[in-house]
Amino acid sequence: MSGPGPTLIVDDLRTHFLTKAGVIKAVDGVSFSVAPGRILGLVGESGSGKSVTGLSIMGLLDWPGRIVGGRIILDGEDLVGLPEERLRQLRGFRVAMIFQDSMTTLNPVLRIDTQIIEALQAHRAIDRKAALRQAAEALKQVGIPAVDERLKAYPHQFSGGMRQRVAIAIAMLNEPKLIIADEPTTALDVTIQAQILYETQKLCREKGTALIWITHDLTVVAGLADEVCVMYAGRIVEHGGVDEVLDRPLHPYTVGLIGSVPKRGWRGRALYQIQGMAPLPLNLPPGCAFRERCPRADEACSQDPEVSTPLPGRRVRCHHPHLGEDS
Amino acid sequence: MSQAAPPEPIIELRGISKRFVKGLDLAAKIAQKLGASVREEVVHAVDGVNLRVHKGEVVGLVGESGCGKSTLGRIVARILEPSEGSVLYRGQDVRAMNPRQAKETALKVQMIFQDPFASLNSRMRVQEIIGEAPRVHGLVKRSGLTEYLDALMLKCGLDPSYKRRYPHQFSGGQRQRIAIVRTLAVQPEFIVADEVVSALDVSIQAQILNLFMELRRELALTCLFISHNLGVVEHVSDRVAIMYLGRMVEEAGTEELFASPLHPYTQALLNEVPSFEKRRISFAAIKGEIPSPLDPPPGCHFHPRCPIAAPECRVERPLFREASPGHWVACHLR
Repeated sequence: MSGPGPTLIVDDLRTHFLTKAGVIKAVDGVSFSVAPGRILGLVGESGSGKSVTGLSIMGLLDWPGRIVGGRIILDGEDLVGLPEERLRQLRGFRVAMIFQDSMTTLNPVLRIDTQIIEALQAHRAIDRKAALRQAAEALKQVGIPAVDERLKAYPHQFSGGMRQRVAIAIAMLNEPKLIIADEPTTALDVTIQAQILYETQKLCREKGTALIWITHDLTVVAGLADEVCVMYAGRIVEHGGVDEVLDRPLHPYTVGLIGSVPKRGWRGRALYQIQGMAPLPLNLPPGCAFRERCPRADEACSQDPEVSTPLPGRRVRCHHPHLGEDS
Repeated sequence: MSQAAPPEPIIELRGISKRFVKGLDLAAKIAQKLGASVREEVVHAVDGVNLRVHKGEVVGLVGESGCGKSTLGRIVARILEPSEGSVLYRGQDVRAMNPRQAKETALKVQMIFQDPFASLNSRMRVQEIIGEAPRVHGLVKRSGLTEYLDALMLKCGLDPSYKRRYPHQFSGGQRQRIAIVRTLAVQPEFIVADEVVSALDVSIQAQILNLFMELRRELALTCLFISHNLGVVEHVSDRVAIMYLGRMVEEAGTEELFASPLHPYTQALLNEVPSFEKRRISFAAIKGEIPSPLDPPPGCHFHPRCPIAAPECRVERPLFREASPGHWVACHLR
């Protein structure tokens, strides 16, 4: 990856929730970077910390969540500890987010045109007419037909897929450097998901936007991303190019995840099963968080594994990665 | 599992339709009296569906949201009454049964729901949730109940010592196991499984699917497996039926359907399901949205999105016919 430097560098990010019951280390030492026009898939099961990672970058953590360490460098500027006023300027302008539920993203009592124009005028001195023109242009780009009518409609008049397109159009409005998409297609049907994946991917490539796609679905990542980070219990356990990670997973958890998904030509056969369930991130004992469920675990795993780079371009956090042998 | 002589169908659906009607409110009624053209809104959730499920068979029912697959499942489980058509249980129309037979049949057809957080009574202990129905229906004696429950829970991978707990003390996967145990506890012959793994994480989903396949082998279960997830359906089903806007569009043996789909909608679905093999999507997806079931397009419901639609598709409803042995499709052009 030569060319321009990365749009976003997340370095040793730690986001903890200080609750009465104890400290929940939702994000515990996460590092990655995304280059312009590249798509990073952030994969994990519920509670793995993938969404909190996204919210930390956006500065949208709710109490009692707090970034307790690390740096988030967007375009050369460290976002950690920035005053709220500055974050407000950046959000929707330099970095934007698309959420899973587009019904709650959009304001139900404002027309679509009002919401888009508001998002434009919040960051730029632009008159209403020009803003309206740009709004129409933005909706066209995400494949919404009959734009002029649709601009005057309210969110409830749109289908789920159309609302999510509007949310994507708003996210792209100010041509941000980075978009974080948190499971935006999970609630959508297969054919609609395919449309949205296709269009998002195209737009990011054209505009050179860096995209972080948060999902629990490895198959979506396969179809979309350039790189993938697999998260487990607040940590990135594996990171690499999509083809490399999916074709030759190193971490036993990644191996298990890939094996758990039904595949063509496997009808009726038992799926690979990861035993047990993900631990609660509350007061996690030291050591590898996956060791209770891991078929390769031994005494060494009660020590925290370091991040290693066993193959070029690959990172894995495991004492016993799948190397060389068949998996 | 498709032998030459098919075993008797346990469930047979004949021309099932279900319409939901939204009645007029007072204001609309007055407006109507005054001559305004207001009509009742009618949703054709299911429109003339035929389906047979034979003994020991798992039939996958696939479709996108709003296609009527859950409504159909509920009609089979007799939670809903069809507006038209009949449901046959072992060749007998359930509506023509006497009350005792009807009750027995109702017990033999059970349903498992998608959301294990909503389908278990949060104020009952697990032993009550599972044990209530078999006791009430006299399937086990009170004295034998504990043993019965323990055996069932063990079979489904639940620790029997947990049976005094409440549902909120379990994870999503464990709850879905409880829902499965509850269903099995009344010894059903036929199970309607409606999106049973959709709410679960991938690793938990694999556990439940494996459990399902084990139970199926062991208990020779017959099942209608409803899901929007084609990968899951392919994995567990012997036969697959695809629905679109209330109608059956294609039905075939699983391998046949996935290897050579005939209906353009099935082809589009298969083409667009994300999978490990499809890296960095480069195809343009099928156009358009699923039309509203309030006002479905005339003719073939799929024609506005269909890449090969012909003039007759806009006018005439295609028949659901057998294109090759065991492979049914509703399309004018195939």
